[in-house]
Amino acid sequence: MTIQPASPPAASGLAPEMLIPAPAETAAPLAPARSPTALALRRGLHHGGFLIGAGILGLIVLAALAAPLIAPHDPYAQDVSRRLIPPVWHAKGSWEHVLGTDKLGRDYLSRLIYGSQISLLIGLSAALISGIIGTTLGILAGYFGGRVDALVSYVVTTRLAMPVVLVALAMASLVGGSLKVVVLVLGLLLWDRFAVVTRAATRQVRGQDFVAAAQASGFGTARILVQEILPNIMNALIVVATLEMAHAILLEAALSFLGLGVQPPLPSWGLMIAEGKQYMFFQPWVITIPGVALLVLVLAINLLGDGVRDITAPEGRH
Amino acid sequence: MLGFALRRILVAISVAITVSVASFLLLHLSGDLATAIAGPEATGEQIAAIRQQYGLDQPLLVQFADWAGRALQLDFGNSFYFRERVSDLIASRLPVTLTLGVVALCVALFVAIPLGVLAAVRRDTWIDRTALAVSVLGQAMPSFWFGLTLIMIFSVNLRWLPVSGNATWKHFVLPAVALGYYAMPAVMRLTRNGMLEVLASDYVRTARAKGLPPRKVLVRHALRNAVIPVIALAAVQFGFMLGGSIVIEAVFSLQGLGQLAWESIARNDFPVVQAIVLVLAMIYIALTLAADLLNALLDPRLRS
Repeated sequence: MTIQPASPPAASGLAPEMLIPAPAETAAPLAPARSPTALALRRGLHHGGFLIGAGILGLIVLAALAAPLIAPHDPYAQDVSRRLIPPVWHAKGSWEHVLGTDKLGRDYLSRLIYGSQISLLIGLSAALISGIIGTTLGILAGYFGGRVDALVSYVVTTRLAMPVVLVALAMASLVGGSLKVVVLVLGLLLWDRFAVVTRAATRQVRGQDFVAAAQASGFGTARILVQEILPNIMNALIVVATLEMAHAILLEAALSFLGLGVQPPLPSWGLMIAEGKQYMFFQPWVITIPGVALLVLVLAINLLGDGVRDITAPEGRH
Repeated sequence: MLGFALRRILVAISVAITVSVASFLLLHLSGDLATAIAGPEATGEQIAAIRQQYGLDQPLLVQFADWAGRALQLDFGNSFYFRERVSDLIASRLPVTLTLGVVALCVALFVAIPLGVLAAVRRDTWIDRTALAVSVLGQAMPSFWFGLTLIMIFSVNLRWLPVSGNATWKHFVLPAVALGYYAMPAVMRLTRNGMLEVLASDYVRTARAKGLPPRKVLVRHALRNAVIPVIALAAVQFGFMLGGSIVIEAVFSLQGLGQLAWESIARNDFPVVQAIVLVLAMIYIALTLAADLLNALLDPRLRS
């Protein structure tokens, strides 16, 4: 019997099939002249969620890259005489500090802008690490099947049984919370969905003619996996990567909120919420602003991922 | 069915063993426990003494065998901090977390299933789109921030519910909503997709053609079949919620297992952390096992 990890697809409510666009060959019988890329691009321009997600994410990435240029103040500069100034839309707010200042008098907008660097960095690196682990496991399981498949499924089931937040907290605490540690811990923990989806996608691709042709031409297994299989499961991988990026960003925020993730004085959004918690009854904006920033970033990434799934799906399935 | 059940139970047991080995190794390889327990000001001699006292100077394999042997008898040793048996600590905190989890699950199901059914029946209308928007938002919302926002609205501004603690049922309302919201999107999507599939099936068309009232077709024929996978998902989500409750319990100062875990991590109280990881993993494994068996019982195709 193959051990079926019943949980991973069910857990997210997304069956792996839903994430896997069918191979490009079967797509678009109506427009044979158009390349899949052009077709996907054309669909992307008509997909509202994709456009909104890509637009917002693009802006946040730009802000993160241009942080030294656009941040009005030094995000670390403290000024006790200017603590907890409310944002500009409050009666006591001023244009000097558009989003106000925190308990140490640091400019909130500048910290928010620099904080986007942390979230994006953690999301990207954690998704990259977990992507490499999960994709390797999933491709091997899907391509070879049999015992390899059973073993990988078993490993995934085991990983899912471990409570992520708790294990991540314990590991981060032992090694000592820092940006690098959070990235590593999340990267080492969040590969399960990559493995599940890659496995299912590889099984679909494995039976295709071009794989058989490559096998018949005597190509080595490594070459077939990397050059024939991998490019053809890329769409599914991108969708999972966005999901896991969002997941990692939310988990980092939670770890930092609990004091065991990114450490002060770094402007992690989760940390900003933790630092603002004691003032939230009188100054609710101190937690509202970083919270909304997190919500918007994760929402944009999810919309982008959903969009990619829709526009790379074959004709008639979206 | 019996053969299938036996095989699944064997797999579950071996997963449980692997998880306990893995979590033990993770904690012991992530850092030096003795240094962490001794604290930053300890001298080399003090650290060495602690290492000996807690048996941390033994080979890892010996330590694991020792720990696992006692864990099998539900003896997780004593807490470093409380001078109390870990099993007693967990027993006193578990009910709070389980209550929170059950209420949260009920909240999630009571909102998500009707919403999913409505979205499927009124496909591509504003109801469907609103349901989708709610689920997309739910997936993007940081749970701890949602909890804090609920406190600000319902405890501080409206003064309807208490801010924190776990004295009365009222204390569980907001945490359960915050935790349940996190499980809602998955349940809603699965209900919606299941309903769409079932509504397009032959037997529902037959039932309609027989002239049965639409409400009866919807509940008796469609929902009953669409809800089967949802039950299995609910079991799995319950396991996830117990793991995720650590954040919610910290926000609302609920004295449950999550809060104990968080405090114990901060205090380097490793016997407690180790035991909680194991207990949560065991609950999750038992739940997925139950879900799998239930599914197989209801759908013979899954037994092969």
